[in-house]
Amino acid sequence: MAGKTDIARQFIEAIPHSKALGMELTDMGDGIAVIEMPYDEKLVGDPETGVIHGGAVSALMDTCCGAAVMSHPENPGGTATIDLRIDYMRAATPGQRIKATATCYHVTRTVAFVRATAVDEDEDNPVAAATGSFTVEGSR
Amino acid sequence: MREPRRKPEPVQVIKQRRDAMLRALVGGVPYISYLGISFERRGDELTGILPFDQKLIGNPLLPAIHGGVTAAFLEVTAIITLSWTYLWEDVESGAIDTAGLEAGELPRLPKTIDISTDYLRSGLPRDAYARARINRSGRRYASVHVEAWQDNRDRLFAQATGHFLMPPKRD
Repeated sequence: MAGKTDIARQFIEAIPHSKALGMELTDMGDGIAVIEMPYDEKLVGDPETGVIHGGAVSALMDTCCGAAVMSHPENPGGTATIDLRIDYMRAATPGQRIKATATCYHVTRTVAFVRATAVDEDEDNPVAAATGSFTVEGSR
Repeated sequence: MREPRRKPEPVQVIKQRRDAMLRALVGGVPYISYLGISFERRGDELTGILPFDQKLIGNPLLPAIHGGVTAAFLEVTAIITLSWTYLWEDVESGAIDTAGLEAGELPRLPKTIDISTDYLRSGLPRDAYARARINRSGRRYASVHVEAWQDNRDRLFAQATGHFLMPPKRD
């Protein structure tokens, strides 16, 4: 399924907002996706500490979860977010890139279920976790 | 005997104070400026405005606003509204000095614990609006609901509920 993965990778890197945030898909396949986002001062939510805004982490999580759905072998086409919940466990360390890993752990004819975590350089200590459901398109 | 009623403040003094507080909350955050979000104030009611921009696109085929942008817009509106409400009394009473706010002295803001976003319709390539309602705000935690729409207030394109950790009160 290298063809599908290549198409999905190109598709994700062609998303204007993901590109604007410098997101880079580093791994993808069989319902798992890894996307990294570099630290950038324009994403800061707290000017005093330089910590990235939760909203930018949301954008990363949403893109990564969508990529995981698209890479699942039972998903025939595109997808859209139905809902996404994000838990913020700690502030991301300023200056460090954030890496999200999403797993699409179940797909029905109509819905894909996904969970994800985001880490900075301290990979044992997640920054955020997400769970969501996504549409499965093109099957009925 | 009734005490003589205090003379109301001149309207421009009130407006200057409230607008200074809003500018202090919104203007200092790079990510809010990056997304282009601004707030309109009517008395104590705030409306978040997200003007459409090409860099907000998540699906170039439709085209539609990126789900992450929608989530960020809702979260920003929730935090600003919560901070605004939390600071309102102190700014109105003069306990927080307007000059300090104008000089960029920002009080500590609430932190997001979790936020859950429902995507009801795809975000169209046009301006979006959002308003938040604080359902509970205690000493430590707050629960906030926020709704976003585009052309029609009754046709929401997204809504979210978030929980926030309140900054410690100085005594």
